[in-house]
Amino acid sequence: MTDASSLRGGAMPRGRRQKALRARADAEIGPGEVELDGAGWGSKAAHALEPAWRDKPGLLGWLETNDHKRIGKRFIVTAFLFFLAAGLASAVMRAQLAFPDSHLVGPDLYNQLFTMHGTTMMFIFAVPVMQGMAIYLVPLMVGTRNTAFPRMTACAYWLYLLGALSLWFGFAINTGADAGWFAYVPLAGPEYGTGKRMDLWNNLINLTEAMGLMVAVDVSTVILKMRAPGMSLRRMPIFVWSALVTSLMIIFAMPSVMLAANLAQFDRMFGTHFFNPAEGGDVLVWQHLFWFFGHPEVYFIFIPGLGFISTIIPTFARRPLFGHTAVVLSMIATGFLAFGLWVHHMFATNLPELGKSFFTAMSMMIAIPTAVQIFCWIATLWTGRINLRAPLLFVLGFFFILVLGGMTGIMVGSVPFDLQVHDSYFVVAHLHYVLLGGAVFPLFGAFFYWFPKFTGRMLGERLGRWQFWLFFVGFNVAFFPMHLLGLEGMPRRIYTYAAETGWGPLNLIATIGAAVIAVSVLLFVVNVARSLAKGPLAGDDPWAAPTLEWATHSPPPAFNFVALPVVASREPRWAREADEPTHVSGLSAQTREGLVTTVLDALPDVRYSYPSPTIWPFVAAITVVTWLFWSNVTPSGMWYGLIPPTIAFILWYWPTRKETAEQQLLQRRP
Amino acid sequence: MSGTPTTGHPIEASTSEAKALRRKREATPASIPAVRRGDALDVSRLPSYGFGTRSLMWWGTAGMSAIEAMGFALMIVVYFDLKSRAQVWPNEGPPPDLLWGSLNMGLAFVSMIPNVLANKAADDHDLRKVRLWLVAVIVVGLALLGVRWLEFHALHVRWDSSAYGSAVWTLLGLHTFNLLTNIVDFIVIAGVVFKGPVDGKRFVDVSENAGYWWFIVLSWIPIYAVIYWGPRF
Repeated sequence: MTDASSLRGGAMPRGRRQKALRARADAEIGPGEVELDGAGWGSKAAHALEPAWRDKPGLLGWLETNDHKRIGKRFIVTAFLFFLAAGLASAVMRAQLAFPDSHLVGPDLYNQLFTMHGTTMMFIFAVPVMQGMAIYLVPLMVGTRNTAFPRMTACAYWLYLLGALSLWFGFAINTGADAGWFAYVPLAGPEYGTGKRMDLWNNLINLTEAMGLMVAVDVSTVILKMRAPGMSLRRMPIFVWSALVTSLMIIFAMPSVMLAANLAQFDRMFGTHFFNPAEGGDVLVWQHLFWFFGHPEVYFIFIPGLGFISTIIPTFARRPLFGHTAVVLSMIATGFLAFGLWVHHMFATNLPELGKSFFTAMSMMIAIPTAVQIFCWIATLWTGRINLRAPLLFVLGFFFILVLGGMTGIMVGSVPFDLQVHDSYFVVAHLHYVLLGGAVFPLFGAFFYWFPKFTGRMLGERLGRWQFWLFFVGFNVAFFPMHLLGLEGMPRRIYTYAAETGWGPLNLIATIGAAVIAVSVLLFVVNVARSLAKGPLAGDDPWAAPTLEWATHSPPPAFNFVALPVVASREPRWAREADEPTHVSGLSAQTREGLVTTVLDALPDVRYSYPSPTIWPFVAAITVVTWLFWSNVTPSGMWYGLIPPTIAFILWYWPTRKETAEQQLLQRRP
Repeated sequence: MSGTPTTGHPIEASTSEAKALRRKREATPASIPAVRRGDALDVSRLPSYGFGTRSLMWWGTAGMSAIEAMGFALMIVVYFDLKSRAQVWPNEGPPPDLLWGSLNMGLAFVSMIPNVLANKAADDHDLRKVRLWLVAVIVVGLALLGVRWLEFHALHVRWDSSAYGSAVWTLLGLHTFNLLTNIVDFIVIAGVVFKGPVDGKRFVDVSENAGYWWFIVLSWIPIYAVIYWGPRF
């Protein structure tokens, strides 16, 4: 125990009132001494941390929690379940297309199926799962105890969950969105998109993008301001860089689609004319706003994938990453270039040809930073001592598939070629090669790599290899033929085709490939279930990895680190400077306290009291969702519906007596 | 872990990189540096809150402002896209009256005075002045909202009569929504500092909300220019 008088001194205004407050602080928190952290496991401080960071038991604690690990896991599990649902939608589509003139599903259901598949994969699976990984991993990798705004993270999750469930609930009652995942107007507008189907889609965009933006602000603040002392920007792990680049991209890209969805919704609800040419509106504005978001979106799925790869390769090559700085700069360059590509989705519109050639040039250019990274990875593997385990296998699969997808990307990046294959299966093949190759393969690698940290147990290696090979083979069998189908003229989004077209055999092959992918994903589910039940215990650091998340238990305790680490090198678990401090001491172990550091050098600057868990983020999310649905039913809901969220947000902020008492106790004026 | 206190060996002195950086600037980041004790870096004497970029919430607010600025900018792009497609603009009715919008521009600048003073009082931990200037900024803010109501009536167009009407209503509506949010924030914070107890973090809240008010005022300049002068050129 350390006498807390030093902590309390020099604080706030003086006087009787202040004394009364101090007495209350003593009553609320305990005697006039604060247990400080900095001692190892098993110490008194470690015992004090446990109750300070424990969530309440039962349902209330479950709803209230703002622990980044619990929320991160929820994001990942929820996103994965929706990945399965969207996968089932694609299975139905593949079954329908396996043979010509099939009548398994009709055109209306088919429209809903491909819209649900695309929307779910992009908005409900890919972005949230990457953000979930960041929420879980970033605080551990930078050596802190929670995210910067943990209540906001909690609220973001509930918004996302409720939005996703409402979209699928709509689908279950034949109100599934049906205008494609990019919801072009006028098809999605009031004239052709009648009923509530596209209202649900617009709500989903509002909710998932609000989620994405909240998480992006949270994660970037953690990265810039909460890194362990000594973790200057040049020592920051690559995955953390990828999360930072992604978050900054989200901040500048997502407002675009949110604005677009709202304008579309205003057209539907209030009779505005943004996309109505008869009254001076412009349908192409939708496409600009959508793709100004939509193209960067591809990269905020892909860049975390790059981060996974750059993390996994050094561990399994057993050497530091070759060209660390070049890789970081390449990711940043990709982030910038990604904002200059959106028009290549609009080559089939009547935009000026000269403008299009600029976007062709940009589309070619973005291949350069990706190539730089690929060469750095090859150099790392070449000069390392390779340990070929399941995570690395998925990374190697990425190389093959992404390079193929990148090649077809360069092809469709040129206007004349694009005009030939626009809206054909060639594009379907290309986008699946890029997205599955660039994001899903690295993601499975990441699951295998970090599963021991998430759960404390190893995933089965044998099943992992089976899963990989089935996925790799199945993927190519399913999607490679689509290139040929596209070149033969098969348009995307048709619910059936005539036998005379001759597209039958290739479609049947694609469907067989899809079935193999399904078996592979099933193996993964089995693997996870088996591992959770009786997988071998992992220990703190099963891979002998260099980054800080392996410096604590698996799974980590609620407070992450018994003492915050101090970092003196880029691979803090591999290289240790002899004369450096190893950890931080002197944070309150009895309350939830952390450390704020400076942006560039991560010098210790300010102590930080984390917000305690509360029910209000959950309530706020429910009121926001209610507001959206209310406004779908009656325009006045737009105004009256705002009242409950306002109340919820105020109560969320309003400091409780306990929080004020804690502040008083630990307070030291800057 | 209570090693020998070796005061005077804070972490920033321990790496050559940080040494070089420190030579370049006057002040160290922390008013009281962390102190090395044995293997540990003792941070117990660091402040428990900080203003400006030292506060996490400053970064959160900056992020949210960037998001909203992006939303405004894109809405302005939409406005000009629609304008570029119209033969005449506004495609119905006269342009909006200049009076109320311009008055609001003036009021916005006036509101900066109590806003800056509230911020300064918060920096000084001067509770009495914080209360005073918070009330003042809320009063001017409510006046802004009142005039905003008149602005909507002086647009001379309905949101559902043409694309032009849709664009100006949405642009003005977006800014009004932010204005309203920030005034509610000010009122809530005023509630906390009047009710008490006030700990140091509440002064940071005042300072940060005052910072956000800058965004409201500065973003009004381009939006005002577009709504009121866009149809006149």
